Amino acid sequence: MTADVVTLLPEVVLALGAVLGLLVGSFLPPGREAPVRGIGIAASVATIVVALVVHGGPSAFGGTYTVDVATTTVRVLVAGAVGVSLVLAGDVSGVASQTLGVRKATPSTGRTDTAFAVLVQLSGVGAMVLGGASDLLLLAAAVLLAGLPLAALAGLARDGRATEAALKYFLTSALFGLVLLTGVTVLLGLTGATSYAALGRATPPVVVAVALLLVLAGLLMTIGGVPAHFWVPDAVDGTHPVTGAVLTTTAKLGGLVAAWRLLAAVPTTAVPWPLLVAVLATASMTLGNLAAFAQTSLRRLLAYSTVSQVGYLLVPVAVATRTPLALPALLGYLAAYAVTNLAVFAVLAARPHALEVADQRGLARRHPVLAVALAVGLLGLVGTPPTVVFAGKLAGFTAAVDGGMSWLAVVAVLNSVASLVYYLRWIAPVFSPGDPVLRDPVAPRARAVAVVLAVVSVAGGLLVAFAG
Amino acid sequence: MLTALWLAPLAVAAVLVAVPAARREVVLGAWVVLAVAEVGGAGVVWAAVPRGGGFAFEVAAPWIPAFGVGYHLGADGFSAPLVAMTAVVFLAVALSALRRPPDEDAARTRAFVLLFLALEAVGIGVFLALDLVLFFVFFDLSIVLMYFVIAGWGSGGRVRSALQFFLYTFLGSLVMLLGFLVLAVGGRTSGGITFDIPTLAARAPVTGPAGVLALVAIGVGLAIKTPVWPVHTWLPPAHTDAPAAGSAVLAAVLLKMGTYGFVRIAMPLLPGPWRSAAIVFVVLGVVSVLWGALVALAQRDLKRMIAYTSITHLGYVVLAVGAAGVVAAGPEARTLAVTGATVQMVSHGLVTAALFLLAGVLRERGGTSEIAAWSGIAGPMPRFSWTFALAAFASLGLPGLSGFVGEFSLLAGSLPAVPVAVVVAALGLAVTAALFLRALQSMLLGDRHLPAAAERAPAPRIGRFRAPSSPDLRVVETTAVGLLLACSVAVGVAPAVLTTTIAPAAAQVVSLVSR
Repeated sequence: MTADVVTLLPEVVLALGAVLGLLVGSFLPPGREAPVRGIGIAASVATIVVALVVHGGPSAFGGTYTVDVATTTVRVLVAGAVGVSLVLAGDVSGVASQTLGVRKATPSTGRTDTAFAVLVQLSGVGAMVLGGASDLLLLAAAVLLAGLPLAALAGLARDGRATEAALKYFLTSALFGLVLLTGVTVLLGLTGATSYAALGRATPPVVVAVALLLVLAGLLMTIGGVPAHFWVPDAVDGTHPVTGAVLTTTAKLGGLVAAWRLLAAVPTTAVPWPLLVAVLATASMTLGNLAAFAQTSLRRLLAYSTVSQVGYLLVPVAVATRTPLALPALLGYLAAYAVTNLAVFAVLAARPHALEVADQRGLARRHPVLAVALAVGLLGLVGTPPTVVFAGKLAGFTAAVDGGMSWLAVVAVLNSVASLVYYLRWIAPVFSPGDPVLRDPVAPRARAVAVVLAVVSVAGGLLVAFAG
Repeated sequence: MLTALWLAPLAVAAVLVAVPAARREVVLGAWVVLAVAEVGGAGVVWAAVPRGGGFAFEVAAPWIPAFGVGYHLGADGFSAPLVAMTAVVFLAVALSALRRPPDEDAARTRAFVLLFLALEAVGIGVFLALDLVLFFVFFDLSIVLMYFVIAGWGSGGRVRSALQFFLYTFLGSLVMLLGFLVLAVGGRTSGGITFDIPTLAARAPVTGPAGVLALVAIGVGLAIKTPVWPVHTWLPPAHTDAPAAGSAVLAAVLLKMGTYGFVRIAMPLLPGPWRSAAIVFVVLGVVSVLWGALVALAQRDLKRMIAYTSITHLGYVVLAVGAAGVVAAGPEARTLAVTGATVQMVSHGLVTAALFLLAGVLRERGGTSEIAAWSGIAGPMPRFSWTFALAAFASLGLPGLSGFVGEFSLLAGSLPAVPVAVVVAALGLAVTAALFLRALQSMLLGDRHLPAAAERAPAPRIGRFRAPSSPDLRVVETTAVGLLLACSVAVGVAPAVLTTTIAPAAAQVVSLVSR
C-alpha cells in the first residue's frame, strides 16, 4: 500500500496542492488570492521533480495503474501545463469577470482565483491518472476527473457565453461519459475483469468492437477529436484564452496516452482498430482544418486548429502495435504540441482585448518580440523546422510509413499544407503595417511565457536528441 | 569548419538583435563584413575538397537517434562550388543593400538584414547537409524566410504572390519529405532506419514500387522548387513582386536547392527508378527549356522575363541529369553532362542574381521594370548599360562567359544519350539569344526615354548629402554587379577551376546511378 502511494507520488503531490490551495484560499479575502496560485505553481514544479526523480514500482494497485516512460512524460507535461496556465492566470487575477471572460470590471464576490487554481490542478491530476490507467474502471474515473473540473472552469466567468461554454462542455462530457461507461460495462461482461490484460481474450469480436468504439468515443470527447469535438470551438471561444489553453491541453495529453494504452491491449486480429483510428485521425485533421479556414475569431481558429492537431496525434496511435517508433513519436508530438499550443494561447492571453484577426494588424511594429513568438508558435503548429512540432510530425510520419500506413502520412502532409493557409491568415496582418493605435497594453506574464515557450519550441527542436 | 560556415550568419544576426536599430551603418556594415568572411570561408572549403572525390571537413553526430536522424555535414565537388556561389551572391546582395532608401524605418532595415543573414545560413546549410532531415530543415526554412522577404518588402500583389509561393513550395517540400521517409524506412531491411545520405548510398538501394514512389515524391518536390514545367507557375509572380535582393537570392540560391537535390539525393539513392524515369526528366527538361524561352519572349516586364529565362536555364540542368540516367551513353559523356549541369547551376546563380539586381535598380530609379518604359539608356546610364549587356550575354551563353561553359558541356555530355532532345533544346539557345538581344536593343539603344521618376534634376543639398542627379549605378551597386559578373567571366575564361572540382563528384554519382 505504501509502495503504491510512492508510485503515485506525483499525482498525490498535485492533489495535495489543490487541497492546500482550497484551504488557504478560503481564508483569503476574495480577489487577493495570489498565494493559492503560488501553491499551485509550487505543487506543479514539485510534481515534475517527483515524477522525474522518484522511481516507484512499475505498477500500482494491483496492476490497474502502470508507470512507464509514457506515464512519466504525461506527468511532466501535464504538471508543466498546469504550472504555465497558473502563471498566465496571474495576469488576469483579482477581478472575477475579467479573470475568465469579459472586459467589464465589477468587483468580485466569489473566490474565482482559488477556484481556477484548484480546478486546474484537479483536472491535471485526472489527466495524469488517464496517462497511467490500465484498468477500465480507473479509466472511466480518470475521464470524469479530468473532464468535470474543466466544465466548472469554463463557467467561472458567469457571463452568457461562458455559461453556454460550460453547459455545452458539461452536457457533452456527461453524454460521452455515459457512452464510455456503457462500453466499459459491456467489456466487463465479456471478460469478467476490468484490467486491460483481460481484453486480449474477449469474444465475440463484433461485440468487443462495439464496446471498444463506445470507450473510444468517451476518450475522443476528452481529447476533443472528431466526431466528439463540437464542444471545443464554443468552449474555447466563450472563455478567456487562459481557460482555453487549459481546455485544449491537459486532458488531451492524458487522453491520447490512455487511448494508446487501451488500443495496444486489444489484439488487431480481433478488432481492426488501426484502420478505425486512422479514419478518425483523417477526419479530425481534415474537418478541423476545413472549419478553421473561415474563422475570424482567433480563439475559434485556434480551437479548430487543436482539433486538427488531435488528428496528427492520432497518427502514431493508429500504428501503435505495428512499429516500435509509434510510442516515441506519440510522446514527442505530445510534448511538442503542449509547448507550442500553450505558446500561441499565451500570445492571445497577452492581449485579451484583441481576439479577432482584424485586431492583429501592425502587432509586429508595436510588440516585435510578441509577434516573433507568435510566428514561431504558429509556424511551429504547421510543423516548420526547426521547431519541436516538426520533429514530432517527422516522427509521426516516419512511424506511419514504417507501420505500413503511408496513405495516412500522405493525408497528414496534405493537411499540414492546408493548415498553412489559415495560420498565415493570422501571421500576415501581424507583420503588415497597421493603423496607429493609442493603447495596446500587453500582459507582462503572458508575454514572458509566450517568449519562453517559443524559445523552448525552437531549442527543443534542435536539442531533441536528449529526448530521443 | 562547416558548422561555423553556416552558423556564422546566425551568430552575427544574434549580435545585431542587440545593436540599437537606429545604427543602420553598424547593421549594414556588419552584414557586408560577414558576407566577405563567408566568401573567404567558402574558398577555404573549396580548396580543401579532395580532388579524388569524397568529402572535406565531414562532421557527423547523432541528432534524433531513435529515428536515425543525424547532424551530418560535408563538402564535396557539388557542394563547394554552390556554397561559394551562395556566398558571392549574398556578398553582392549585401553590397547593393548598402544603398537602402534612407527614409526607410531603421527597424525595418535591421529586420531585412536579419532575414537575409538567416537566409544565407540556410542557403549554405542546405548545400552542406548530408542528412535527409537536415537537408529538409534547411530547404523548408528557406521557404519560410523567403515568404517574409516577399510579403514584407515586395511590391504589387506581394501578399498574394508570397502566399502562393509559400503554399506551392511548402507542398513540394512536404511531398519530398514523404519520399525521404520511404527512403529511410525502405533501407530498414539492411539495418535500422537512417536518414544519412552516404549511408543510404552505400546500402542496397530501394527498388520496386517503393522506389518508384519515393522517386515520384522526391521528384515532384524538387521539380516544384527548381521549377520544372508544368509546376513552375509560382515562380513568375514571386519574382515579379519580390524585392530585387529577394529575387536575386530566390533565383540564385533557392532554385538551386531543387536541382542540387537531384544530384545529391535522387540520383545516388534511387538509381534503378532514376534510370527508368530518365526519359521523363529529359522530356520535362526540354519542355521547360522551350516553354520558358518562348514565354519569356512574350514578357513585357524585365523581371518577369528574367524569371522565365530561369526556367529555361534550369530546364537544361534537368535535361542533363536526366541524360545522365541513360546508361547506354557511357560514363564519360554522362559525367560530362552532370559536370556541365553543376557548372550551369553556378553560372545561372551568378548571372541571374546580377540581372535581378540590375532590374531592381531600374525599378528603384524609375518605379517600373517594364521594358517599354526604358529606351536609349546607354547615354544617361553607361555603367548600367555595360553591366546589363555583359550579364545578358552571359545569360544567353556567349563563349568566354560562364553560361557557355555550362550549356556547352551539358549539351555535349547529353548528346550521346538523347541526341534528339539535345537538338530540340538547342533551339532554346536561339530563342534566349533573341529575347535578350531584343531587350538590349529596345532598352539601351534608340531615342532617350526614361520614366519621369528617373529623370532627375540636380537635387538641393539635404544636410551633408545631396541626392545624386544621375540615375546610373552607384559605386556599391557597380561593385555588387561587377563582382558577380567577374566571377562569371572567370568561370568562362578558366573553366578548369570549376570543372576539376566537380568532375570527381560527378563521376561518383554517375557510377552510383549505374548500380
